[in-house]
Parts: sequence; structure tokens; C-alpha cells
Amino acid sequence: MPTPAHPAPGHPGGHVVVVGNGQAGMQLIDSLRAGGYAGAITVFGEEPHAPYQRPPLSKDYLAAGADPEPLPLRAARFFLEHDVDARHGVAVTAVDRHARTVAAADGTTLRYTTLVLATGARNRPLAVPGSGLAGIHGLRTLDDAERVHAHLGRAANVVVIGAGFIGLEFAAAAAARGANVTVLEYGPRPLGRAVSATMSGHIAAAHVRDGIDLRLGDGIAAFVGTDGHVTAAVAGSGAEYPADLVMVGVGVLPRTELALAAGLEVDNGIVVDGALRTSDPNIFALGDCANFPQPRLGARARLESVQNATDQARHAAAAILGETGEYDELPWFWSHQGTLKLQIAGLSQPGDGTVLRGDPATGKFSVFCFRDGRLAAVESVNAPADHMAARRALAAGRTLDPDQAADPTFDFKAWSRDPAPAAV
Amino acid sequence: MSTITFHHGDGAVDTLDVAPGTSVMRAAVSNGVRGIVGECGGQAMCATCHVYVRPGYLAVLPEIGDDEDEMLDCTADPRDPRRSRLGCQVTLGEGLDTLEVDVPGSQV
Repeated sequence: MPTPAHPAPGHPGGHVVVVGNGQAGMQLIDSLRAGGYAGAITVFGEEPHAPYQRPPLSKDYLAAGADPEPLPLRAARFFLEHDVDARHGVAVTAVDRHARTVAAADGTTLRYTTLVLATGARNRPLAVPGSGLAGIHGLRTLDDAERVHAHLGRAANVVVIGAGFIGLEFAAAAAARGANVTVLEYGPRPLGRAVSATMSGHIAAAHVRDGIDLRLGDGIAAFVGTDGHVTAAVAGSGAEYPADLVMVGVGVLPRTELALAAGLEVDNGIVVDGALRTSDPNIFALGDCANFPQPRLGARARLESVQNATDQARHAAAAILGETGEYDELPWFWSHQGTLKLQIAGLSQPGDGTVLRGDPATGKFSVFCFRDGRLAAVESVNAPADHMAARRALAAGRTLDPDQAADPTFDFKAWSRDPAPAAV
Repeated sequence: MSTITFHHGDGAVDTLDVAPGTSVMRAAVSNGVRGIVGECGGQAMCATCHVYVRPGYLAVLPEIGDDEDEMLDCTADPRDPRRSRLGCQVTLGEGLDTLEVDVPGSQV
């Protein structure tokens, strides 16, 4: 708890300092003001842009006629109307927990009553020979996306390293623009850590149908180039794929350097408790950078998603305003890959039993994942009604029989809405 | 330019001039119109840009797609069978130079 020498958070004399102006940081500010917080708020973001939405950057933004303006997270007037000192393009360089100050790259030092670390993640770098050649991109920031968008229009041969969400979204977008696309995935299946083997198989088949050369079980060994620009990707198997554009999507690393330097507990992210407090009670961490207790798994988790960022921000804002309670929101995700609109409710795990609902041949179906006899997750393709019904059911802790899930005559949507289902 | 007017439940009104091709969601989010969230960034994946289109404009709206139709069944405020749309799926211009919508009380 804050010591009496400092004004309590929520007190008009308080000062909440937010490091990071992404989805988590911006929602936290929004929720603090909506909850009546009247103290000072300062938000730092190291990118030289007003806060923007990242998800479209690997999807709609890559289309040929896309609007070049990113979608803002909040309008410029938000900061005026909510009395927020927004410092875009200014990184925080150090945290002094004893003095309760942050030092920023603009030379200022600010005192905080509550510090919120919403520092996000950075792309995991590749360390294979040739990784520094021009034409090899990552995709996380607006600057990345602008570079990629400009390059994509003149790329004939595209190689994607990693069949995760970013890799597959990009592969679909590049194929839609007419490029020859090869995806190299070291693991045995696409989205291996994110979806069930059943769903993974359907996604792989869909991308292959759309003309993408999906190479599973073969990682990247090296890039070769001419005049400093990449010309080919060499796989671990020795196969060589011509490339004038390479997208590297091999996961992210949480941005923990400030927390580490400040002596906070860090272990695959900044370690927080159920209130999203770090090992220092005056400091919260949330979003991509936070390792939090996930009651639905009975384990710790670190999730990279809009839902995780915004729901944790709402929870942390409430905690700063004095509410108690453990964070326990249902995780959900989406990904848009060519003709596939993938939506996931809950977290599937290796070993879950799966039941198919709908016919994948129609392009519209869901995979229901059961663990210990209970519904644990639902993965949907082009079936938003299943997804929304699954979110309702899972959030309420309800389960159904696997036979019901597979039965096309069972009205899952109506069942999910029925507050007191009759015994079957 | 196209003109879109957002009517709020408390009687407040936001009127915006936007470039043709701008979606109702983008217009609202870019200009800080309260009550329109757009959490998924315009993918018809979150149903947080729900609006009620005023009756005079219904005839010139684009058809509701399958995804939009299913997501509209899951809005925070109840769906109006005729007037409910997702703001990310309605784009100004192309015969829709003016539009008036009512903003629901809640989106999340």
C-alpha cells in the first residue's frame, strides 16, 4: 500500500504516469477518467506518432487501396478533454522506485504516485546469417507497416518466416496482391501455440488452397543477397526460395528492460498479481508485457491481444481507484487471413478433446475444445455467431455436452442466451 | 466531402465532414465521437461500433454481409431489425453523401 507520505492514488494530488500509449495504456487512461480519477495523468509513448491501432497494420492496411492513415486509438481532442499530458515520441529511460520518479528522454523527471508499465513487446529478432540485408522486414509498428506497404507493391517473391498470426495474415495479404508467397515454419503446424491441431489443419489447408506454399517443419537457416538486398531465403533443409521481400514473424519478446533495471520481478514478462500489481505495490503492469495469474488455466500466462490489453487496463484502473478483485476476464482473439475470419474464445491447450461443429468444406465452422469434460475454448472460422455465443457461455462458466456441440440442430446461440437452461 | 451526423441519447449532436470512402467507425474514432469504440479496428469482429441508422437513409445503405449480420445479434444494446448496422461496414460516398445515425447507450 502507498505510504502516508504520498497522496493516495485517486486523490486529486495523485499523479498516474503511464509508460506506453498503445491499446493498454490508452484504455487505462480512459477508464481512470471514466471512473472519476481527478489527479494528474502523464502518458509516454516512444514512437513519434499519436496512438494508433496496430491490428489493422497486418490486415486491411496492407491492401492495395488501403487508407494510408492509421486508425487512431483516441482522437487528438481526447487528451485535451481528459486533461492528459501526452508525450508522444518520448521514451522513459529509467524508473527510481525509491524516489518514485521516472526519467524521460526529453530530459524531464516526473514524480508518480502510481506508475503503470504498458510497455508492450518487441519483435523477436532472427540471428541467422544475412538477417541484416535490406528487404527483410518485421511488422509491428506503423513505421514497419509503411515500409512494408511501399515494398509490397513491387515484390514478386515473398518469403514469410513463421506461420503465426502475423506471418499468416501477411502471407494472405501478399498473396492477394499477386505475389508468390512461401511460408517457412519450423514447427509441425501453423499457429501451433495458438489453436488446436484440428483448427491448425484446416487453416493450413485453406492457405494452400489460396496458393500459398506452406513449408512446415523447415526453419530459416540464412538469407543471401546481392548489393545488400535479399535475393533468397535458405531453409534448414537446404532448400532455397527466391525472395525480394521477407517478412519475419517469429514471435515477440515482452518489453521488460525498465522493470528489470528497476529491480521488479520479471519472468517471461513483468510478474504481476491478480490485481495486476507488480512486486512494487505502486507499480502496475498490463497488456503484452505482463505475466499474470490466469485462473482459467490455473497457471501464469502472458497474452498478446487487444482483449487482454483493454480488459487488463479496465481492471488496473479500477484497482488504482481502490476496487479489489482478481483479474479473470475471458481471453478472446481474432485474426483475418484472406478468406478466413478466425475468432477464438478461451484458451485451448494441447491434449484438449475437440469436436467439430459445421462443415469446413463450406468455409464456415467451429472447433469446440473440451478439457476435463468441460468446454474450454471455441475456435471459429467465418462463424461470428458461434464465437459470440462461446464468449457468453465461457464467461459465465457454462459447459455443454460434446454431442450437443456437434449437433447442427442444437441452437448454440439460443442456448448461450438462456439464463436458466432446462436439464437435458 | 460527405457529412455524417451522430445523435447521442442526451440530445448532443456531432456533425462531421469526412472524405468519401471513410467508414462511419473511422469517422467517429478519428474525431473522438463518444460511444463508438471500434475495438477491432474495422474487421466486423467486435460489434463495438454499433449504430442505429435514421430511417431516411436506410434505402441507400449497402447490404448487410453475413459476418455483420451475425455480429449485430451480439451488440451490447439491442439490435433494431431495420436500423442496426456496424459503423465499420458502412462507408460514406458512392450515393451516401449524408448520413444520420443514433449512437447506442453502450458498446461493451
